[in-house]
Amino acid sequence: MTGKLGLDPALVARARELARRAGQPVVDLARSHTTVSVERAVLRLAGVTGADPDGIPWVNRLVDAVVADVGLGHGVAVPVFDALAREGIADVTLLAQKAAAGSVRFAQPSGKAATAARRASRKAVAAGIRAIDRRRAERDRLVKRFGDPQRRPWIYLIVATGDIYEDIPQAQAAARAGADVIAVIRSTGQSLLDYVPEGATREGFAGTYATQENFRLMRAALDETSRELGRYVRLTNYASGLCMPEMATLAGLERLDMMLNDSMYGILFRDINPIRTFVDQRFSRQVHARAGIIINTGEDNYLTTADAVDEAHTVTVSQLLNEFFAHEAGLADWQLGLGHAFEINPDVPESFRLELAHALLARELFPDAPLKWMPPTKHMTGDVFRGNLLDGFFNLVGTMTGQGILLVGMMTEAVVTPWLSDRDIALQNVRYVLGAAGGLHEDFVPAPGGFIQQRAHRVLGEAVDLLERIGDQSLLTAIAEGTFGIMKRPADRGKGLDGVARHEADYDNPATEILEQPR
Amino acid sequence: MSEKTVVRPYGDTTGDGMVQVSFTLPVPHDKRAEGAAVQLANRMGMDPAMLVHAKPIGDGFTFFVVYGRVNHLVDLAKVQVVERDYPLLSAKEVNAVVKRQLRRKLSVVGACIGTDAHTVGIDAILNVKGIAGEKGLEYYRELKVTNLGAQVSVPELVEAARRERADAVLVSQVVTQRDAHLHNTREMSAAFREAMPAGRRPLLIVGGPRFDETMTGELGVDRIFGRGTTPGEVASYLVHALITSRKANTP
Repeated sequence: MTGKLGLDPALVARARELARRAGQPVVDLARSHTTVSVERAVLRLAGVTGADPDGIPWVNRLVDAVVADVGLGHGVAVPVFDALAREGIADVTLLAQKAAAGSVRFAQPSGKAATAARRASRKAVAAGIRAIDRRRAERDRLVKRFGDPQRRPWIYLIVATGDIYEDIPQAQAAARAGADVIAVIRSTGQSLLDYVPEGATREGFAGTYATQENFRLMRAALDETSRELGRYVRLTNYASGLCMPEMATLAGLERLDMMLNDSMYGILFRDINPIRTFVDQRFSRQVHARAGIIINTGEDNYLTTADAVDEAHTVTVSQLLNEFFAHEAGLADWQLGLGHAFEINPDVPESFRLELAHALLARELFPDAPLKWMPPTKHMTGDVFRGNLLDGFFNLVGTMTGQGILLVGMMTEAVVTPWLSDRDIALQNVRYVLGAAGGLHEDFVPAPGGFIQQRAHRVLGEAVDLLERIGDQSLLTAIAEGTFGIMKRPADRGKGLDGVARHEADYDNPATEILEQPR
Repeated sequence: MSEKTVVRPYGDTTGDGMVQVSFTLPVPHDKRAEGAAVQLANRMGMDPAMLVHAKPIGDGFTFFVVYGRVNHLVDLAKVQVVERDYPLLSAKEVNAVVKRQLRRKLSVVGACIGTDAHTVGIDAILNVKGIAGEKGLEYYRELKVTNLGAQVSVPELVEAARRERADAVLVSQVVTQRDAHLHNTREMSAAFREAMPAGRRPLLIVGGPRFDETMTGELGVDRIFGRGTTPGEVASYLVHALITSRKANTP
């Protein structure tokens, strides 16, 4: 490894091997279980759309009906397509409506009926996956036509009005002001909804509901702006919470470009059951891999609860685990927006040098990943003047260490949802730093054996120690004991556990089958 | 000699009354926009108002920074705030008082209620980790802490308070969009009033960066903690409200 930190290649290889060893039992768990959300995602790919008059999606009504009759462990595809054949209808949404009315019974067929149902479901799901493939090809075409941003990092800005029709002009204005990536923050609480709301929405709390229609509206608006600017503006949303697999599927169908998608975030910060999360994770990452979506992992969050110096190595460990899970699910390095953040207490002596060491460590461990660099939040106090200075130093670390995606920090973090002027001041800050020091990474080489190198070596060493400890006791135990971000999350607790089932011998999932085929 | 109670803002000379504000007007940047900014500053009581910065942002918006002298005075004698009305105790002292005078563990139940998923506040107060080097309430040997975490419904919170025989319920609210923090707090206090008789109700405490500490009556809670509250302050208040002040009132 020819890096600036002189990392020991044997130690780096050892870290990866330990991450694989810690992650493999979780993959095995994910491969032997399913969840209601995975099954709903399968049905969405098979063409079920819309919601009942109360706003509950037909996929939910259909999966609930199947589970009531035959349970979850066989997978819903075969019982659904068996019922479709028996009822003599072609439209899966119509079947869902009938099932919700109680007029259809589901069974797990055998023999010829099972073979026919399997074939029919595979055909329907394959059509959904082909739709995702077409959206990916369309993105490639548009990026070619409009062009990519001229430089790295890509500038990532957030909109969060709660109303999609307010979000759209704000997002377009942000893109014109220089944003390369727009993230629409979700309404707080959506992650714990066990269904995906439907339609265009105008009411949300600290964010806008993620719905297929909102995705479509925003992507169409940004296509228009991309054309106007001669630069493809990317769109981000969240594949997290209880509906992760469905979010990934809808993102693929509506050509979103990036998705927040962390392997452990839901467990630690939303108290979602660990098994539910890992099963949903794997499926959603397989969809992201297929859809050409860049995932953003959530390591920055650990540092909002744990100390950014003492716990720096937990970020490295989580990045290594996220990398392992991502590769296992078929994601390529260019799709790994591994997260990390500028969260060291500014009163700590040499805090800037420590940040540089941590950021460079991530850069060198994952040379081909577009790292996602997150701004300070924990030590933003409401002193907006100091906050603006901190954001400037954050931007400087970003450019000195070659980060791929830079989330623009707001000086009003912890005060208000960003005002128009806050965003303008923040972008001015970014433009100044990138303009004044955009090439500084070429000159910046930490002194051999100096403070920054030593710090990076130490964090990597601590990460390897932690992975070794996890290796002896399994990742689920480590999470249960509060290794990441202090929260303790046992595998038999947390939200969404009742939507998890172990595969029966005849479990069938046409989507996983297609996604796992070598292409 | 009486203390001076009427003051003005201070720029660089006593009595100069200087302040600085920034704001955005939904008009494109031109002479008229600058005049409009000065007019707004004048109406806010700034006279003379110096427009020091004007910059177009987005389509049809202009950002301004204005310095100027305000003609308002503030009378310190008429300022109303909630001062700390209890002694600040160390963790050791808190434990000692609970052990000696309550003779059982003091039960605290904490949560973020409603859709609020921001556990930063409640975790800073409750988690062992604490905040700014000060350990959270879980660290106090004589306190029994149940942290329910994020997005807890009010009925769940009441049920947990009953189950844990809570002496105090701590609720953190960070999200303030559409006054969610106020609605949630009122809903919570009403639910406790309904579910439990006055003498049996736990002490109700809310905290968050955007609360007005004087609104306890209006929100139906016993205490409001604002920005910058430390676990030690909360623990000291618990001991004061639940133990020492009650003892003092019983002859």
